[in-house]
Amino acid sequence: MPGLEDLYREIILDHYRAPRNRGELPVPPAYKVEGFNPLCGDEVVLYLDVDDGVVRDVRTSGQGCSISQASTSMMSAAVKGQPIDDARQLIRAFKALMSIHESKLEGDGEADEHALDGVRLGDLEALQGVVKFPVRIKCATLAWNTLEQGLDEAATTAA
Amino acid sequence: MSFDVARVQADFPILKRQVHGKRLVYLDSASSSQKPVAVLDAMDRLYRESYANVHRGVYAISEEATAAYEGARARLAQFLGAGSPSEIVFTRNVTEAINLVAHSWARANLAAGDVIVLTELEHHANIVPWHILAAERGVEVRWVPLTEEFRLDTSGLSQLLDGAKLFAFSAASNVLGTMNDVPALVEAAHAAGALALVDAAQFAPHRRLDVGAWNADFVGITGHKMLGPTAIGALWARPELLEAMPPFLGGGEMIRDVRRDGFTPNDVPWKFEAGTMPIAEAVGLGAAIDYLEGIGMDAVAEHEIDLTAYALRALDDRFGDRITIYGPRSIEQRGATISFNFAGIHAHDISQVVDEHGVCVRAGHHCAKPLMQVLGVPATTRASMYVYNDEADVDALVEALAAAERFFAI
Repeated sequence: MPGLEDLYREIILDHYRAPRNRGELPVPPAYKVEGFNPLCGDEVVLYLDVDDGVVRDVRTSGQGCSISQASTSMMSAAVKGQPIDDARQLIRAFKALMSIHESKLEGDGEADEHALDGVRLGDLEALQGVVKFPVRIKCATLAWNTLEQGLDEAATTAA
Repeated sequence: MSFDVARVQADFPILKRQVHGKRLVYLDSASSSQKPVAVLDAMDRLYRESYANVHRGVYAISEEATAAYEGARARLAQFLGAGSPSEIVFTRNVTEAINLVAHSWARANLAAGDVIVLTELEHHANIVPWHILAAERGVEVRWVPLTEEFRLDTSGLSQLLDGAKLFAFSAASNVLGTMNDVPALVEAAHAAGALALVDAAQFAPHRRLDVGAWNADFVGITGHKMLGPTAIGALWARPELLEAMPPFLGGGEMIRDVRRDGFTPNDVPWKFEAGTMPIAEAVGLGAAIDYLEGIGMDAVAEHEIDLTAYALRALDDRFGDRITIYGPRSIEQRGATISFNFAGIHAHDISQVVDEHGVCVRAGHHCAKPLMQVLGVPATTRASMYVYNDEADVDALVEALAAAERFFAI
């Protein structure tokens, strides 16, 4: 039986209590995307400054449980200043960490086995304990799904 | 205490188990109640001894199953104070009962511009069917607001009901614990020429329900919240309404005759019971009613009122200003459902930590998002009590909440 310490690692509680990159960015030029977790009422709002293939700046707002808000904070710190391709790789890697293999439905379960290869998750690995609490996985992935949505939007607008 | 809670607890096998090495403290009965041995046995006995499809077989066990199924209908009719078993349509739950009314009665009787009145404390089950109808038919939906004391603000009710065809409201809130003055609300609906639909999901398990005294037009109940199994509930409606209403779902059982060019529906209530129904579940619900009547609904109410008073006091004493309780503070016209939040700690985090202590509470929006918007919160934690809960359960909740507070202390 997994214990609370598996879920609420100290680094997670630290990000929850002192979230990084809180605030807003002027829209436009920044993109604003919102993500909701309808089951719990978690809400994540991201402001993304995407320019020349790089996530120049990220600001976050919203409210929700410690896992959703800590994951949002950790995500913002991880992708800020990163090339979009690296950010997307991180999204895939994080989802793999959460055991969500997007290719599963296409019968290609092998592809994401390697999503984590060569990706440095750093502090994000602290969120791995969430996997033992299946109902909380969507709290942890909310920020990442919202980021993906924002990057897709930016790509569409740019193209 | 108005009855021996320890004896009641002994009838619920699940309460003997442990979670995370702790005694199971089940405080989520507003979501779904636990089941006594009597219900499990009644269903098991049917499957072992008398199971067959109902109303079909010309053989002994089918006749026995039919008698058990229809016996459950009669038992429920009696429990609700209905005039006849034919006023009871079995459904899966209140959600299906309301959808039945929305599809059958409302689509036959409402047109663009007609008005339906709801309240801000409704469960999604009594909102979404009307949203669907509003989108399809151009029906207008109006909302009765709440007062500061988390009760319905009926000061503008007659204006809201002016020109309305239906007033659909809950007898008791699944979030706030608020119990509404059903006869007065029904009277207001009728005075405006509207029909009254009562969602009694959170009322029927806890208080004596008398459809005659309410004088409503439609009443929905759900079995799994009143010690019965899942997938069985009922719609009670006035006989003349049921007679006039077109069928809801089409299929077997609900027909008298089917031809290549059409069909003739069965009599009420079977007209609304398409396909093989949850037979064993109906029998289980009948056994649950027997069990509740064995305790006595007045004793159930008295027990819950005492326990609610104890719980509100205990939460206040221990947490003071740090806890916000969303619901009436007076015990009058209030159920044993208590919603609350702690400043700076999300409901899910509270729920996760108290689970570690064996305490089951619900965290989230409780399928009442419009109400959450009124309260100005994304979610609440909810503890809801029933016949098998006692003061020790409340004490366990308070200790677990104190542990959660310590865990998330900044």
